[in-house]
Amino acid sequence: MSFVDLKNIRVSYDGKNNILKELNLSMEKGELISLLGPSGCGKTTTLRVIAGLIEPNDGTFTVGDSNLTKVPVHKRNFGMVFQSYALFPHLTVRENVGFGLKLRKEKKEVIEKKVQAILEATDLSHYAERYPKQLSGGQRQRVALARALVIEPQLLLLDEPLSNLDAKLRISMRIEIKRIQRKLGITTVFVTHDQEECFSISDKVAVMNNGVIEQYDSPEEIYKNPKTEFVARFIGFENFFALTKQDTHTYTTSDGTLIETVHSAGRQQTTGTIRPDDILLSAHDQEIPSNSLAGTIRVRTFLGKSYQYEVETSIGKLLVNDVQVPGYQVGDKVFVVIPKEKLILV
Amino acid sequence: MRKQRGLSIFAGAVFAFLFIPLIIITITAFGENPTIQFPITGFTFQWFTAVFENQSFMDSFLLSLEVSLLATLLALIIGIPAAYALTRQGVKGKSWIKSFFLSPTIIPGVVVGYSLFQFIVIRLQIPLFTGLLLGHFLISLPYIIRVVGSSLEQLDFSIEEVAWTLGSTKFKAFISIVLPNISSSIFASFMLAFINSFNNIPVSQFLSGPGISTLPTTLMNYIEYNYNPVVSALSVLLMLGTIILMFLIEKTLGLAKVV
Repeated sequence: MSFVDLKNIRVSYDGKNNILKELNLSMEKGELISLLGPSGCGKTTTLRVIAGLIEPNDGTFTVGDSNLTKVPVHKRNFGMVFQSYALFPHLTVRENVGFGLKLRKEKKEVIEKKVQAILEATDLSHYAERYPKQLSGGQRQRVALARALVIEPQLLLLDEPLSNLDAKLRISMRIEIKRIQRKLGITTVFVTHDQEECFSISDKVAVMNNGVIEQYDSPEEIYKNPKTEFVARFIGFENFFALTKQDTHTYTTSDGTLIETVHSAGRQQTTGTIRPDDILLSAHDQEIPSNSLAGTIRVRTFLGKSYQYEVETSIGKLLVNDVQVPGYQVGDKVFVVIPKEKLILV
Repeated sequence: MRKQRGLSIFAGAVFAFLFIPLIIITITAFGENPTIQFPITGFTFQWFTAVFENQSFMDSFLLSLEVSLLATLLALIIGIPAAYALTRQGVKGKSWIKSFFLSPTIIPGVVVGYSLFQFIVIRLQIPLFTGLLLGHFLISLPYIIRVVGSSLEQLDFSIEEVAWTLGSTKFKAFISIVLPNISSSIFASFMLAFINSFNNIPVSQFLSGPGISTLPTTLMNYIEYNYNPVVSALSVLLMLGTIILMFLIEKTLGLAKVV
């Protein structure tokens, strides 16, 4: 049994439509996992079930040996950071951070010491007497984090904590979060819709869609080997085409071209997918390369470090990012080469 | 520019139309002539003294104060939780309940007064003072629910949720997190409801009786038989009181947010 276990969680607000259906998720102690998905996929709902802000219709939620499914939110001892930071506007930074400790009826000196320590750790001691509206976005974010951490929570729950920050600050804050999380060894759930953010910070990622977890793996595994078409699309695969199985590693496209891949599919009919970055182009006057399709350049877009081409082939349009200079022109005949280790079957 | 000037002349005319009667009343309160006259002859404070010497004015003033204060406090006690429930909980038929609570501000005062008269005085035969208090409570409630409700709607709900996750019960979070953040709108709604209740005539007229009469009703009855500057003097005092209260609201919340 894992440290944190969500088993068969179902959430429905109206009794008809399930926001979450049969959701299973387990975490080991000290892990940082991300819930990744588009808006409305159920990732925030999952986090709120863990926090106790939503009671699931079915299923159980356990941490360690205790079943917390019915335990009310204020008895769970989880730290939560909201997207809006949700700082108490009428309290100073110090009072905000000390709020949870005060409720725990700890001694005044103990509270002061703990608050001071966390303020120093989050670089906030200069702002301790300020009110939230006198702080910048990054400072508010740190206050929210300090307030959640000072109660020494069993779980840390982060609901898109970086989405209100500008790009530069977002990167430094996510490194900061990771550092603090590692140092304290605190089991953390991180909700985001930003895949780069999520890949850089997480030990494991759960990609969610329509209330189910489509894939739960390490970031590398998800990046390299998406298991479903949804996951593939979400993390940047843009070319999808039908394939028919001939042999374990040999497939034919709809027009009969033989394509090889190092992967294999269980089903006879499957879908092949590849990132625009992974396709190679070669000029038409060369000899026909293996694992390739003939095509014509239709659209050419300059992306900065590369060109993006829309290539019309016998199996449909394929998007290709290519760094060759000067590149190809619209109307050029080319070969689209699909490297067999980069073609994924979903 | 010309268009602008036309607009300011028009606005000026509207303001003049609104304020000149009030200014005239104020001036007549200082005239020496025993009937209301404009322009005035001489200058005196005697009508103001007369207001304070008139026992029925003073009695009804104290009664008005008592009724309005109690009614508004009662409305606060009921209205704040009601506003909270309407904004935070998934109450069924929320919009219906909301418009029902606001109905006393939309339905003509005479209708509200008459129906309360029918119900409270004739059907239930509730004692006069209690009936009056109940009527004023009902006309105060919409102000509380509306003003407190709108500031609750603007308050980020997640600050409550965060308080819960930090170990606070829902009740404690309401007291220590929600209330301090809506205190200025509570004060403003209290003032508005109080002014409205204190100055109300239709409801008071129907619900008052022998020995139980609010200041505005007493004033109305007085005007029927006497047409002297005491009326002006009392009006000036009432205006002054209202202006001071409005000023306090403006200072705490800003009128624009409330009305």
